[in-house]
Amino acid sequence: MALKCQQCDKTATYHITELTGGKPQELHLCEDHARHYLTAAEDEPEAPSSLAGALAEQLSVSQTAEELARLDQLSCPVCGITFYDFHSKGRLGCPHDYVCFAEELEPLIVNIHGDTQHVGKVPKHSAEGSERQTKLIQLRREIKEAVSEENYERAGKLKDEIHRHEKGEAS
Amino acid sequence: MELNDLAPLCGEWLRGSGPESDIVISSRIRLARNLAEFPFISRASPQEREQIESLLHEQIIEIKQDSEELMYLNVDDLEGLDRQFLVERQLISREHADSEGARGVAIDSGEQMSLMINEEDHLRIQVMHSGLDLENVWQQINHIDDLIEQRVTFAYSKDLGYLTACPTNVGTGLRVSVMLHLPALVITRQLDKVFRSLQKISLAVRGLYGEGSQAMGDFYQISNQITLGRSEEELVAQVGDVVPKLIDYERHARDFLLKESHENLHDRVSRAFGILSTARTISSEETMMLLSSVRMGVNLGMIDDLQIPVLNQLFIHTQPAHLQKLSGHVLDTADRNIERAKYLRRHLLGGKDGEAEQN
Repeated sequence: MALKCQQCDKTATYHITELTGGKPQELHLCEDHARHYLTAAEDEPEAPSSLAGALAEQLSVSQTAEELARLDQLSCPVCGITFYDFHSKGRLGCPHDYVCFAEELEPLIVNIHGDTQHVGKVPKHSAEGSERQTKLIQLRREIKEAVSEENYERAGKLKDEIHRHEKGEAS
Repeated sequence: MELNDLAPLCGEWLRGSGPESDIVISSRIRLARNLAEFPFISRASPQEREQIESLLHEQIIEIKQDSEELMYLNVDDLEGLDRQFLVERQLISREHADSEGARGVAIDSGEQMSLMINEEDHLRIQVMHSGLDLENVWQQINHIDDLIEQRVTFAYSKDLGYLTACPTNVGTGLRVSVMLHLPALVITRQLDKVFRSLQKISLAVRGLYGEGSQAMGDFYQISNQITLGRSEEELVAQVGDVVPKLIDYERHARDFLLKESHENLHDRVSRAFGILSTARTISSEETMMLLSSVRMGVNLGMIDDLQIPVLNQLFIHTQPAHLQKLSGHVLDTADRNIERAKYLRRHLLGGKDGEAEQN
């Protein structure tokens, strides 16, 4: 004998065991009602899962046209990336971006992680020379620019400076 | 060891052993790390990428696994087929295979560990074990990270932890992934509900080989989304704690199917086995789908004398690049489908359908 759909008079062709939420519950439904049941989306908004979602959310709640224009002009003195570049590509340019875009990145980081403070592993071999390393990133970029502008005098000076900073590593 | 030596093997993740390996395929953790003195990949010039590659290559090649040297592959020099092979084997990411410029990967012969240089971050460390084994995976990867850290300076801040190219990885840089085979939850259409509840606790779900929700062969990967504000151990435990519940759901769904529609289930498994062992041409997608049913059937005792490791091997060896590496020829889609069917018959019928019958 065929079971009837629990929601109408048609024959139940779908037999569903609901396992989420408490103890298993059996449902017997016709095709239409089963489809309806299985595809019914829950109304509550989901946590933004991707960076793109979080970025879009941040920018949609923010801010006026001027504010957006300001964000687009903001650039990192070390690697030269603008906040707009980050926004369009979703990738940062160098470790220093976390410092120079700190204010802009914070709401995004909170949105993704719900937190702003690292509590995990600390490298035993600490990055105490990080200022020197940041400087190196910047100098290497500047020397590239100097060469492409054929400003060899400046490139020469930068080369010496890079050398000095690299030597600092040995000491 | 060379790349071609890997092809006839099966890889760690489909070894088919380890705890709960009827449902849990593999446990994997990866760490994202960047060198402090270079820009992230998107702002690195070709020369800087080369410097990063040679610096990290030099350092990580010293990291030995059980006193055995790692195999290092220059990914930029590899043929497309070899890169595809490494992606199928889960030793490099699709992004790493498809990008350009200086980049590489170091792999141990047991294929538990892979170190990708110049992927999204300068260094991506991955460790993978068969079955549910997250604690040991974490111990192993943490140790490898310690060893590398003694040789280089990673970009790190005390507030934000390890600094990564994408803010979604900042902090621990840690992604824990457990791959599960969930055919009964797919058949009983309960997956969406389960996944929605996982999303509420910030766990992500994706199918094997893709971002979409329709997973190939009913394989699904559960991973953490949050990487900042919790310790590595907490993040590992968060994924580790939810897996037994998923295993439980899947077992319940299997029991339900056994009890309520035993004949239908057995029929599905037998038909899948029938097609796989007799087809003359078969696509990769159909193979995955049918192997999934057979795999569940073997776990439920519906098919005798077929072992899970053999089946796992069929999953990987029937992938497009594997098939071509194993046959020793570059094959187009039509020829691959024929070769795949041949390979399946040979392994499922255990020699009853020999090569002679081909003629």
